[in-house]
Amino acid sequence: MAFRGKRPEHGGPPELFYDKNEARKYVRNSRMIDVQTKMAGRALELLYLPEGQPCYLLDIGCGSGLSGDYLSDEGHYWVGIDISPAMLDAALDRDTEGDLLLGDMGQGIPFKPGSFDGCVSISAIQWLCNANKKSDIPAKRLYCFFSSLYSVLVRGARAVLQLYPENSEQLELITTQATKAGFTGGVVVDFPNSAKAKKFYLCLFSGPSTFLPKPLNESNDDDEEVQESEFTRERVLYRMARRGIVRKSREWVLGKKARRRRQGEDVRPDTRYTGRKRRPRF
Amino acid sequence: MKLLTHNLLSSHVRGVGPRGFPLRLQATEVRINPVEFNPDFVARMIPKVEWAALLEAADTLHLVEVPKGPIEGYEHDEKFLRQMHHVLLEVDVLEGTLQCPESGRLFPISRGIPNMLLSDEETET
Repeated sequence: MAFRGKRPEHGGPPELFYDKNEARKYVRNSRMIDVQTKMAGRALELLYLPEGQPCYLLDIGCGSGLSGDYLSDEGHYWVGIDISPAMLDAALDRDTEGDLLLGDMGQGIPFKPGSFDGCVSISAIQWLCNANKKSDIPAKRLYCFFSSLYSVLVRGARAVLQLYPENSEQLELITTQATKAGFTGGVVVDFPNSAKAKKFYLCLFSGPSTFLPKPLNESNDDDEEVQESEFTRERVLYRMARRGIVRKSREWVLGKKARRRRQGEDVRPDTRYTGRKRRPRF
Repeated sequence: MKLLTHNLLSSHVRGVGPRGFPLRLQATEVRINPVEFNPDFVARMIPKVEWAALLEAADTLHLVEVPKGPIEGYEHDEKFLRQMHHVLLEVDVLEGTLQCPESGRLFPISRGIPNMLLSDEETET
């Protein structure tokens, strides 16, 4: 928001970034309010809570209570955790209905097991991936967060965490720790082909594996590849997962051509001769 | 901080585990907020409530008319649900402290927000 191109996590810890000035700007910026409210709505949609039932939800990184207000409007009760006192003060000024806690998600969620019917988080957990103190190990903090989250959720409940991952390694780090903690689920990417509108939602299930929701797309093309990466309790190395596709096979050729088309290159149309077996050269 | 939240809060200091519940509440400033009554929600929360902790907290805050336990057929007893709604959702602790029963660590409450930040030594490794 403040630094164009530079990620705020690189500048220091969130409680210092979200000081009084930043908190004031955050609450007043109408574009920010719009985007955050939309994401809160989508996260709540992905939670698939039972219709018409008021639930007790956890909001991780609730900040000024923008997402919390959306939850309240939908008739739910919530508790928010945030590490920045300035943002929580802004939330108090906005008179949010949910309870607020000053806490560090990387230290664990201080609740009894089975307290919450669901969890949402908007634009918060990428802050866990950067070590701000010498003693911080991001993987440990992520594991502590996910394992305590698994415990405080009711069995079978879901957590939908919207985040801004810096790169695929970061996303992999996060999903590995979530799997270690016992969650199943995957990443739903809305509008994967748009740089601005692209949003990542990490959907985690604490019960038996259920279906992963369909991501949003600009053109509702049935042919277009659905971008989701499902993961289960079986730990498959990232490199191994790619080995399903054999290099130079027809599948691989078609995949490469589709990729280049998406990038806007001029690609020959696919026919029944695409990637066909050629006779050996020798 | 509402009493419903206090009833579910547990200390996450290293090594404490399940003995970190319930947190002992001391309140210096309390406020009563009117909150819209939602019988569905209150009925769903009743099984989650830890009654001993709730009664202890209500006692510290000198609340009256607190049910001693869930009664038979509470989902349809509006009077019971309204009493629970008042105790759980309408009583707001603004200033006070929460104490971990195992380690004795104090978590201050300021402007209704408990400070649950732990120091490095107390964090679970």
